[in-house]
Amino acid sequence: MTPKDLPHLPPSEPAFAGFRGTAAPCLTLTVNGREHSVVADPTDRLSLVLRDCLGLAGLKQGCLEGECGACTVLVDGEPVNSCLILVFQVQGRSITTVEGLEAPDGTLSPLQKAFVEHGAVQCGYCTPGMVMAAQGLLNRNPSPDEREIRHALGGNLCRCTGFQGIVDAILSQAAQ
Amino acid sequence: MSTGIGARVQRKEDKRYITGKGKYTDDVRNESQAYAAFVRSPHAHANVNGIDTSAAMAMDGVIDVLNGQQLTGDGIGNIICGWAITSKDGSPMNMGAWSALATSKVRYVGDAVAVVIAETQALARIAAEAVEVDYEVLPAVAASDKALAGGAALIHDNAPGNLIYDWEIGDGAATDAALAGAAHVTELAVTNNRLSPNAMEPRAAVATFDECDDHYTLYTTSQNPHVARLVLSAFYQVAPENKLRVIAPDVGGGFGSKIFIYPEEITCLWASMKTNRSVKWTSDRSEAFITDAHGRDHITTAKMGFDAAGKIVGFKVDTIANFGAYMSLFSSSVPTYLYATLLSGQYNIENIHCNVRAAYTNTVPVDAYRGAGRPEACFLVERMMETAAREMGKDPTDLRRANFVQEFPHQTPVIMAYDAGDFGANLDQAMAAADVAGFAARKAESAGRGKLRGLGYSSYIEACGIAPSAAVGSLGAGVGLWESAEVRVNPVGTIEVLTGSHSHGQGHETTFAQIVAERFDLPLENVSIVHGDTDKVQFGMGTYGSRSGAVGMSAIVKAMDKVEAKVRKIAAHVLEASEDDIVIEGGQVKVAGTDKAMGWHEVGLSAYTAHNLPPDMEPGLKEGAFYDPANFTFPAGTYICEVEVDPETGVTDIVQFTASDDFGTIINPNIVEGQVHGGIAQGIGQAMLEQVVYDDDAQLVTGSYMDYAMPRASDVPSFSVHHASTTCPNNPLGMKGCGEAGAIGSPPAVINAITDAIGSNDLAMPATPQAVWNAIQAAK
Repeated sequence: MTPKDLPHLPPSEPAFAGFRGTAAPCLTLTVNGREHSVVADPTDRLSLVLRDCLGLAGLKQGCLEGECGACTVLVDGEPVNSCLILVFQVQGRSITTVEGLEAPDGTLSPLQKAFVEHGAVQCGYCTPGMVMAAQGLLNRNPSPDEREIRHALGGNLCRCTGFQGIVDAILSQAAQ
Repeated sequence: MSTGIGARVQRKEDKRYITGKGKYTDDVRNESQAYAAFVRSPHAHANVNGIDTSAAMAMDGVIDVLNGQQLTGDGIGNIICGWAITSKDGSPMNMGAWSALATSKVRYVGDAVAVVIAETQALARIAAEAVEVDYEVLPAVAASDKALAGGAALIHDNAPGNLIYDWEIGDGAATDAALAGAAHVTELAVTNNRLSPNAMEPRAAVATFDECDDHYTLYTTSQNPHVARLVLSAFYQVAPENKLRVIAPDVGGGFGSKIFIYPEEITCLWASMKTNRSVKWTSDRSEAFITDAHGRDHITTAKMGFDAAGKIVGFKVDTIANFGAYMSLFSSSVPTYLYATLLSGQYNIENIHCNVRAAYTNTVPVDAYRGAGRPEACFLVERMMETAAREMGKDPTDLRRANFVQEFPHQTPVIMAYDAGDFGANLDQAMAAADVAGFAARKAESAGRGKLRGLGYSSYIEACGIAPSAAVGSLGAGVGLWESAEVRVNPVGTIEVLTGSHSHGQGHETTFAQIVAERFDLPLENVSIVHGDTDKVQFGMGTYGSRSGAVGMSAIVKAMDKVEAKVRKIAAHVLEASEDDIVIEGGQVKVAGTDKAMGWHEVGLSAYTAHNLPPDMEPGLKEGAFYDPANFTFPAGTYICEVEVDPETGVTDIVQFTASDDFGTIINPNIVEGQVHGGIAQGIGQAMLEQVVYDDDAQLVTGSYMDYAMPRASDVPSFSVHHASTTCPNNPLGMKGCGEAGAIGSPPAVINAITDAIGSNDLAMPATPQAVWNAIQAAK
């Protein structure tokens, strides 16, 4: 395959978008309750723009194929793989990243506290995506049982914990 | 609340992870960052007749395209295997050359031949596609038995028949004689399936060359940054150690796969010098599947003989180990000293013989993966015990008990000397927790719903903290396996511990601080753990093989012993008392039985002001220690798996999984339980889901998460985890290690349970629904 045959690949570094010979447009994103103007290719992955343009590097790009869930963020409260969302698709939508969970004074959210208390974290790499997937579940189902929790985490891989601490943490947050 | 040994302290490191503020290698970006993309072979085996980089070089944003001829021309050395194994005929192992960038021949799909350095990652990848490589495709082989059979493609010229070594351990003649005289002999053929480690963080490297200082800095996803620096310096000749800083920041899981020094780190360092730019490479997941060292891949036949009473009289094992296309750093030790030495299991066996042949194939190199040899040994031994019990009509727990080692120390015929244990206690505890007594009723209830219920046992033993260094050196290891620590008491009394261990999920920042806080009776937050940076920390060996507790923490204890001795001297001098009367508690250093005391921080300040120290005492309060253990440690336990199988579909549910482990002293039960949970989940993955598949042309079929089945939340149950501990007599805290037990002990428990349920013993891993259904049909 020659470069000419390649589909339009998103650049990894939007700051260098000029190398492709076109000026990148300015997009408006609402992230963690704040509006941001970013210069990016509209077809860039959302995960990339959040990490590289906005410095919201909490989410991780573990597979870039929507199978590991480490890049999970909330869009209008629903968990999505931000590696598979193109940035133009989320203009005008409300995006929440892991950085948006804690209070402005740094107090952890109840779900974040539960993750710490229940041993839901080991290497920490899947954690930002995992906690957002869990928050997404609790947003639409405030009282999930264990089966529902395990089903809802189906898109999020963790190689360290065997999922037990994560499931226990979410169960502890389920409304009584 | 106590924060000392045994306390369920919440992890200190979790706040940065739960808020997304962990700093991993891919989060590092330097000024004017350049990016590397590798040109990789699409063929499993081919001669490289030429590389045309002109089109790539002409592309916008491309800084340079570098190849293997340039790499070797600059004196970068070949990648080494660090453990020399001698064949039974006395000949050395046949190690083929492995250049970080292949020069004349590629030997597996993914073998790198060139690297593009460009202004962005995307540009680098596009340009890598434009590099034209003239390949002359050769026949290839992926399976180890086929590679060793006559007529297979020759992968390395200096390894005739693709044989790396033909090694043995134990007394073959005595074992044959014992089997010949046995009342019953059980024969078993097992394959230990090939796995991909799949730490969630893909490997990455950021290399920066500072021309002014002639100095390199490498951020990398490593479990052992000092070993990486040593190997990069001494063997690959990238730079002298004093001009190379290796930093392994937050690392997102390793499981063995980040022990090794890979072509990409070497190439990025070299390329940063060639281009005078900071060069970054981050593996994508597809690249991880074709470059991260795989694990397991053994083919084994074995015979175990029993006398009329059910006592094991002999165990004969023949194994072929697949090493892939090159010998990775510790590959040679895995199927030899980490595998065959554990074939005695928890049992008193007088005669054991094991023969191991290691084969080159046109596949990704194979090396240590969580357990490393011990899961392969455990699977064989525990499948053998269950199979033999079924053949002889004995209860599988009775057969195990009849053969358990009861007295310690116990010398096995395969090097290992077990120092302590109580195997029966763990079996008892697991059986009680799993309610084995109620199993028959549960099985009947399942049968009433048309389901098959089965129970499987695994009484595992493993060896951690490989040691002592002189002994492993005599067995061929190229490194010592001690650990280092430095305990620095600051002038204000707070403490930094510099450890040669490396945490990539194990929670060292918490557990290591716990033992220090307990020893000096200080608040946990007054103790900080420093690791992972060769410029900050003295040389250390890193974290793998469940060694950081038994070896790493022991080194900290040794350093604390020295600190305490000096504290006693200073306090005795200042308080005008005898050293023997000094007591350290409650943030104070006191004279027992008096009201004379000084604050812990005052001792620190005294040491650094040096206004009033004993004669001839040096100022300061920091001490280091290098700890070399006297023996391995031997974690052991029993796992019981209970499954329910749908005979119509082969779908298997693990309805209960019970573990009872002997890890010796436990510092933080929360963290230990988490290690067990994760290990069991990986073992269940091996037993039921995971399999690296190559086709007949040695093309990788399972190159993504769509093809390689990882255990997900709904694939595993919650685990019932218990402990019945004995103290390890060979280290100061009595610790044994807990990092790998789950992955070692669980696969045979799962397969023993499924085969019990379906009434057929012929079932290989992974026991997918299709495999289980086929086994049910074949048994009809």
